[in-house]
Amino acid sequence: MNSEFKIQSYCHIKSGEFFYNDKLLFKSDAESFSGIMKAAYTNFEIEYPKFFKMDKLSKLAFLGAEILLTKVNPSQPKISDTAVILSNTASSLSTDRVFQESISDSENYYPSPSVFVYTLPNICIGEICIKHQLHSENSFYIFDHFNPNQLWVHSQNLLKTNKAKRVLCGWVDVDGDNYEAFLYLVSEHGTLTHSTKTIKRLYSPQ
Amino acid sequence: MNTLRQELKEKIIEQLNLEDYSVSDIEDNDALFGDGLGLDSIDALELIVMLDKDYGIQLTDPKEGKEVFKSIEVLADYIAKHRTK
Repeated sequence: MNSEFKIQSYCHIKSGEFFYNDKLLFKSDAESFSGIMKAAYTNFEIEYPKFFKMDKLSKLAFLGAEILLTKVNPSQPKISDTAVILSNTASSLSTDRVFQESISDSENYYPSPSVFVYTLPNICIGEICIKHQLHSENSFYIFDHFNPNQLWVHSQNLLKTNKAKRVLCGWVDVDGDNYEAFLYLVSEHGTLTHSTKTIKRLYSPQ
Repeated sequence: MNTLRQELKEKIIEQLNLEDYSVSDIEDNDALFGDGLGLDSIDALELIVMLDKDYGIQLTDPKEGKEVFKSIEVLADYIAKHRTK
């Protein structure tokens, strides 16, 4: 396999705005996180009722993956040999807090199974893999900050050792009202060189 | 009984986040799992919690659960007979 890999495409979701390769695809004026995610789901004409059962982190990661893997270029081939490497700093804290609150009253102790299943950050990778039938490696890292070097090292390794033909990488973080997703696809195709410098530049264009 | 069926439909839509459904979309004898509403195993656990929390019914036998959650009609009949609150 070619050792010169490329960033095929990338997307950024933040402050109600959904970008694909720096082009604004959709902007929502909804005030709540769930309102913004629902507006995007409707705008991108996604038909996947399971979306509404997901927690915040999974909804965010799911929408980013939809943009990159299906919505912008529906004719791109489906590659089940796609690895997924995601990262964040808040882990699943947003959902952990919801669950903690639900079990804090010993007199009214009814833990919710549907909340509990999302009290791990890597569940969002599972949601993406189920939807897109991805059968390769996957990892979820918790970092202090966005860490392009580790994402680069891991994805290069998977591609060079033929563990995957393509890697969906990035950062998907939710904590309270703050959220951000930056996802990108690495493969043999594309025009942007896959390097930590490029990843940094795409993540923070200014 | 009709009130209880209506109440169950509202609870299921809200608690299981069935965004694409309204009460009028669910027939009393629609299958809750499989080809009907398409509920999954986590939804089944959530329904078991709901029975305990809202109606004081504790389901412990998985076979019993399979029968009880067949449809709104069956579930409402079961609750009416076994509820403690």
